[in-house]
Amino acid sequence: MQEELAVIAKNTITGAAGGVTVGQADLRKRPRIKESLIQGFLFLCGALSILTTVGIVYELSKESLSFFTRQLWEDTNKALMVDIDAQMRSFKVSEGGAAIQVGDIIRIHDEVMQIIVIDGSTITVERGLQGTEILPHSAGVDLFASNRVSLIEFFTGIKWNPQIGQFGIWPLVTATLMTSIIAMTVALPLGLGVAVYLSEYASDRARGILKPILEILAGIPTVVYGYFALTFMTPLLRQIFGIETVDIYNTASAGIVIGILILPLVSSMSEDALSAVPRSLREAAYGLGATRLETAVRVVVPAALSGITAAFVVSISRAIGETMVVAIAAGAGPNFTFNPFKSAETMTGHIVRISGGDISYDSIDYNSIFAIGLALFFITLTLNIISQRVVRHFREVYE
Amino acid sequence: MAEQREGVETGKDFKHNLPGRHRAARVWQVAFQASTMIGIIALTALLYSIVNQSFGLVAIQNQVDPKALAVDGVPLEKLSKEQLVQILQENVSEGLFRRLESDQPFAERTREDVYGLVMERVVEPQVVRTWSLYDSLFKRAVILAEAPEAYPGAEIRFVSWIDPEFVTTPQSSDPEKAGVRTAILGSLWMIAITVLFAFPLGVGAAIYLEEYARDNFVNRLIRTNINNLAGVPSIIYGMLGLAILVRALEPLTSGKLLGVADPTTANGRTILSAGLTLGLLILPLIIINAQEAIRAVPSSLRQASYGLGATQWQTIWHHVLPNALPGILTGTILSISRAIGETAPLVVVGASTFITVDPAGPFSKFTTLPIQIYQWTSRPQDEFRNIAAAAIIVLLFMLLTLNASAVLLRNRYSRRLT
Repeated sequence: MQEELAVIAKNTITGAAGGVTVGQADLRKRPRIKESLIQGFLFLCGALSILTTVGIVYELSKESLSFFTRQLWEDTNKALMVDIDAQMRSFKVSEGGAAIQVGDIIRIHDEVMQIIVIDGSTITVERGLQGTEILPHSAGVDLFASNRVSLIEFFTGIKWNPQIGQFGIWPLVTATLMTSIIAMTVALPLGLGVAVYLSEYASDRARGILKPILEILAGIPTVVYGYFALTFMTPLLRQIFGIETVDIYNTASAGIVIGILILPLVSSMSEDALSAVPRSLREAAYGLGATRLETAVRVVVPAALSGITAAFVVSISRAIGETMVVAIAAGAGPNFTFNPFKSAETMTGHIVRISGGDISYDSIDYNSIFAIGLALFFITLTLNIISQRVVRHFREVYE
Repeated sequence: MAEQREGVETGKDFKHNLPGRHRAARVWQVAFQASTMIGIIALTALLYSIVNQSFGLVAIQNQVDPKALAVDGVPLEKLSKEQLVQILQENVSEGLFRRLESDQPFAERTREDVYGLVMERVVEPQVVRTWSLYDSLFKRAVILAEAPEAYPGAEIRFVSWIDPEFVTTPQSSDPEKAGVRTAILGSLWMIAITVLFAFPLGVGAAIYLEEYARDNFVNRLIRTNINNLAGVPSIIYGMLGLAILVRALEPLTSGKLLGVADPTTANGRTILSAGLTLGLLILPLIIINAQEAIRAVPSSLRQASYGLGATQWQTIWHHVLPNALPGILTGTILSISRAIGETAPLVVVGASTFITVDPAGPFSKFTTLPIQIYQWTSRPQDEFRNIAAAAIIVLLFMLLTLNASAVLLRNRYSRRLT
C-alpha cells in the first residue's frame, strides 16, 4: 500500500515539473540572477532614503562648519604710519581704534600677518601667512583684524546681520517661537475640539460633510495661506487693534494663519487616537451614569492622551518648519521683539529671503542660512522622534 | 471627581447636581461644535478673500484721451488703417516706430493690429485703482460717485482678473497683461520630472520594505529614517537641492555634461534640479502610502501564487502590484498635489523671478505657479494682489482636477479588479 502511494506521489511530482522530463524532477534551488538583481535594485531604492538623510546632515554640517570657521576681516580703524617694504617686520601703526593683542591675525591689503610683539604703537609681525604674498605697503593703509563667528555669540547674541558681523540667532528664534506659540494657541484647543466633536458627537452624516472640508483645508498650498494672512488676517487685526499698534507685517497674523493651516493635522491625528479607544471604555462610563461630556473628557481623552500628545508634537514641528506664511506675512528683517504686532523674521523666513536673491556660493550669507537650517533640522527631528516614541507607547497600550 | 463621589453617597446632592452636569455638557457641546464651525469659517474666509480679489471694479486712466486722437470728428475706433498708422507715427518715438516696422511692416499689418498698437502705445490705458468684489457690489454707488473726482478722466469698469487670456499669456511686468502661461508650463515640466524620479523609486522602496526586507538593523534603520524624513520641513529639502543638485552636480543639472546647456543661463538652477528636489521631498510620502497599499493585499494571494510555483518577483509583479495599484496611485497623486503646491524649496533652489519664454526642456530655468503667486503677493501694488488671487484660483483648479482624477482612477481600477 505504502509503495503504491509512493509511486503515485512520484508520478504526480514528475507531472508537475512539466510532464516532459521523464524520471526524477530536479528539486534543487536554482540560482535566479534576474530575481537577485531585482531584489538588489529594490534595496537600493530603500537605501536612497538613508542617502537623503546623510546628504542633508552632511551638507548642512559642512556649510555650517565653514560658517563657524571662516575668517572675517574687521576694520580695526588703525592705519599703517610708515611705508614698509617686503623685509620690514616692525612698524608703527596709528593709535586709537580697536585693541590688538599679541597673537592676533591681521591683514594689510591682501597680506596676512600675525602679531608677535607689541611695543606701544610699534608692532612686530610675522609676514606672509596663509600663503599670501609678501609685498611693500604704503603709509595710511588700514589694518584688518581676523575674527570668527563664535558659538557663544551665535547662541546668545540678540542681533542678526551677518553682513556687518552680527551673528546672534535669537531674533530669528524668538520670531519662530512667537509664530509657533500663537499657531499652537489657535490650533491645539480648536483641533482637539474638532476631534472630540467628530469622534464623540457628530452623526455619520455630519462627519461625512465635515471631514472632506478639513481635508480641503489640509490640501491647500501654504503659499495660499500666506496670501490669506496678508490680504485677510492682517487687515482684520489692524481693524480690531488699530492701525498704529499693528504693523503691516506682523507675527500675530502669520501665527494665527499657521494655526488654521495645522488645524486639520491636529484634528485628524487626534481623532484617529480618539477612535482607537475601545468602545467598551465608553460603555462602561455610560453605565456608571456619566454624561456624554464626562465620558469624552474624563474617559476617552485621557485614554487617547498619548496619541493626542503625538499629534501636538508633530504639529509643533510643522509650525516651526512652516515657511511661506511667515515669508509673506511676518516681515523681512530680523527683529528681536516679543510684540506679536511688530514685524519679525523667523528662521525659515530668513532662509527664504536670503536664498531668494541671487546668492553667491561661499558668501557669509550662503553659509549662514545653512547654520540656521541645521538648527531647524535638529529642532524638528527631535520633535518628530519624541512624537514617534509617544505613538509607540500608545500602540503598546491598545493592541 | 470629589463632587461626584459625594453626590453618589448622599443621593440628594446627586440629583441636585444633575442639571449642572447637563448644563456643562450642553455648554461644552456647543464649544466643540463652535471649534468645528471656526474651521469651516476659516475655509470660507480663505476662499472669500481669494474670490474677493479676483473680480472687481477698476479705474483705468489713459495717458492720452482717445477723443483727442479723433480726426475730423471721426472717433478713434472708426479711423482707417492709414490714419491709425499716422497717429502712431506722430505719437511714439522714432526708434520705437522703426522697431515696430521691422517686427512686421505696417503695410502687412491688419487694421485691428494697428488699432491694438495705438491703444497699447499711444492711449496706454493704466489701472490706477482697483476695488474688491465686495466693494464693487455693495458700494458701487459710492465708488461711481467718488472715483471721477479722485481719478479725473478715468474709466470705471468691472473686470475679471482671471480669464482665458490670463492662462495663455506669458509673464509680464505689467499686471494687466501678465499671465501664468510660463508658470503653468514650468509646473508641468517640473512635476513630470518629479514623478518620473519619485514614482519608480518610491514604489521600489515600498516593495522592498514590505516583501523582501527581513527584520534586521539596516531595514529597521531605513524604516525609521523614512518616517523621520517625512517630517523634515520642506525648506530643508530646498537647501539639500541647492547644495547638491544645483551646486555640486551643476555639470549634470545644467546640462553641460550632455552638451545641451542653455548658454544664457548655464547654471544648475534648472527645472531638472527643482524636479529632483521635489522628488526627494515626496519620496517618503509615496513610500509610506505604497507600503500601506501593498500591506493591504491579502497574503492568501501571495500564497496561492507561490503554491503554483511562481517566484517571488513573479508573485509581486503579477499579483501583489496589480492589486495594490489603486492604492499606490491614489497615494502618488496626493503626493503630487503636495509637490505642485510647494513653494519654499523652489525659492531656495533658485526659481527665476521673471521669465517670459516658455520652458524648453529640463535644462531651462524655471518658475512655477506657486512661485508666481509668492512673487506677486510680495509686491506692494494692489493690481499684483489681484493677479495673485487669479493665479491662486488657477492653482486650486489644477489641484482639484488632480484630486478628482485620483478618485476617478481609483474607482475605475478597483471596479476592474474586484
